[in-house]
Amino acid sequence: MYSRLYKLAVSLPPLFWVVLFLLVPYSLLFAHSFWTTEDGVIVHHWSLRQYSELFTNPLYLTVFFRSLRIAASVTILSLLLGLPLAYFLSFHAGPRKELLYQLVIVPLWVSYLVRGYAWKTILGTDGVLNGALQYLHITHEPVSALLYSPFAVVLMLTHIYTPFVFLPIYASLEHIPRPLLEASHDLGANPRSTFFRVILPLSLPGLLAGATFAFVLTLGDFLAPLLVGGPSGTMIANVVQSLFGAAYDWPLGAAISVFILFVTVGLLFFTERLEKRWTFQ
Amino acid sequence: MSAAASISPGAPLLQVRAVSKRFGEKEVLKTLSLDIAQGEFLTLLGESGSGKTTLLRLIAGFEQPTAGQIWMNGERLDTLPPYKRRVNTVFQQYALFPHLNVRENVAYGLRASSTAKPEIAPRVEAALAMVRMGDYANAKPTKLSGGQQQRVALARALVNRPQLLLLDEPLSALDANLRKEMQGELKSLQREVGITFLFVTHDQEEAMALSDRVALLKDGGLEQIASPREIYAQPATAYTAQFIGQTNVLRAVVRANIAECGALRFPVNAPDGSALFSLRPESIFLAADNPSLSDPVKFRATIRQQFFSGSTELLELHCGGSQLLRARIEARGPLSGEHEFIFSTTDAFQVKP
Repeated sequence: MYSRLYKLAVSLPPLFWVVLFLLVPYSLLFAHSFWTTEDGVIVHHWSLRQYSELFTNPLYLTVFFRSLRIAASVTILSLLLGLPLAYFLSFHAGPRKELLYQLVIVPLWVSYLVRGYAWKTILGTDGVLNGALQYLHITHEPVSALLYSPFAVVLMLTHIYTPFVFLPIYASLEHIPRPLLEASHDLGANPRSTFFRVILPLSLPGLLAGATFAFVLTLGDFLAPLLVGGPSGTMIANVVQSLFGAAYDWPLGAAISVFILFVTVGLLFFTERLEKRWTFQ
Repeated sequence: MSAAASISPGAPLLQVRAVSKRFGEKEVLKTLSLDIAQGEFLTLLGESGSGKTTLLRLIAGFEQPTAGQIWMNGERLDTLPPYKRRVNTVFQQYALFPHLNVRENVAYGLRASSTAKPEIAPRVEAALAMVRMGDYANAKPTKLSGGQQQRVALARALVNRPQLLLLDEPLSALDANLRKEMQGELKSLQREVGITFLFVTHDQEEAMALSDRVALLKDGGLEQIASPREIYAQPATAYTAQFIGQTNVLRAVVRANIAECGALRFPVNAPDGSALFSLRPESIFLAADNPSLSDPVKFRATIRQQFFSGSTELLELHCGGSQLLRARIEARGPLSGEHEFIFSTTDAFQVKP
């Protein structure tokens, strides 16, 4: 139907894009992870030294496991916020549904950086929160532990990713045929029981998609720890950044990147299969 | 007051007392009252928008009446949430839970009502056997055909031994043959379990075939409620006569106990003025056949159209004026031109507009 030339012409731009921005960078990254540095110069000498460094140096593993913990906390918290929000909007918001939906989405239009700085002003020693606490005589001097801690990172990222978690859950709740809920009530299940026996199982794909979003995005996050994390809130992406930057140890940075990449892809592969199994319609 | 104390023998199972339902400006049910007897198969029949499904949903508890009350077994029903009513529903699109297999779907109600564990499995098996779906216990609903889903939906409702089973056009999604088959199964199932059925349909043939009584709804009101034979033989209104089976509604002028409608003139027992009469197509015969009729009336008419339908044919007759008549006669081959027809005056009965 279409000429070969036409097909070629249409497929060239995406092909070009994939090669230039995916294939080449990943290949370079992969290659670098097997090279080494000598006296601050990268030498193209193949070895597994970077990977053994990664798995034996407690510094990297500590930061990696901290990143996993922060990602898990953000995931759990944004699920705890996103699910009730999506449930309320989908089933009980009535005519205000559209408006509320837009309100949940609005923060996504605000720059990530702006929201990060907002948390800085809220959590800082002269921040809004400390001011309020002292004004109410709950504390007598500024609590410095609020800012520059893993807690601050979790708080900021939960704020940022809750809408991302909310969206797929909301979509899956909206797809539940309403007669199923009537059938459940009709068969003697009260609203609570209906939630756990019908609504929750049928919204699992959305929950899983939302959880994956939050987890994967948090695991690779680099700005939140930079802005509000402090030394105790450093995450794996910050380590990679410093290795590629000031430390000029590209091979080790590449090895860590490849490792995170495999963890993430493995996770995505797993959740996708699970999502398929939990999808019924 | 206990439920048992208030039941007298022969008391209705369910009473709909002057129930109205409004959706915004639209009045879907208009002060409707209706009794359903214990063990009966009652059908709510009506066009779409007649309020039949709304009435069903009020009884199930998915909607609240704007005014009026619903009582079951001497207890107020309309104030209870749906999950506390001993009423189960078979939904139009079955509404089987897609994440549960057939057995789990059927067990759903028993689990929800915390029935004793050892009791659940045998009751589920029995319910599945009753609808001949025992072999599919482990199948997911999406893998089943429409008829099979229908059976599972029935088993899922009946396993709870409801006092009243509501069926919301359960056969409308099935093709014609399967529909007929399921009608038969429904009827025998109802006799077998002895549960009161409230069936909603827009198909008058289905209503006639299945029901002990048919309640015809029109614009949110009860037009007539009677047994199928009675409602067919003695429709109270022109609407009923036309909706239940086919009929000719004759717009006649009565003068001195003679009704006149086009070329038709027949004796009636009615006051002077305009009146409506119903005359079924099968009550009109070809005069040449010499049927033995009491008080026969003859008239001449031109055959405009002839529709063959196997054992009978439907004739469209023109007999002067604007009046068209339909006559259903035994199949006899092509007819045309003017013929003499005959009917009995006892078959032409007056109906309210």
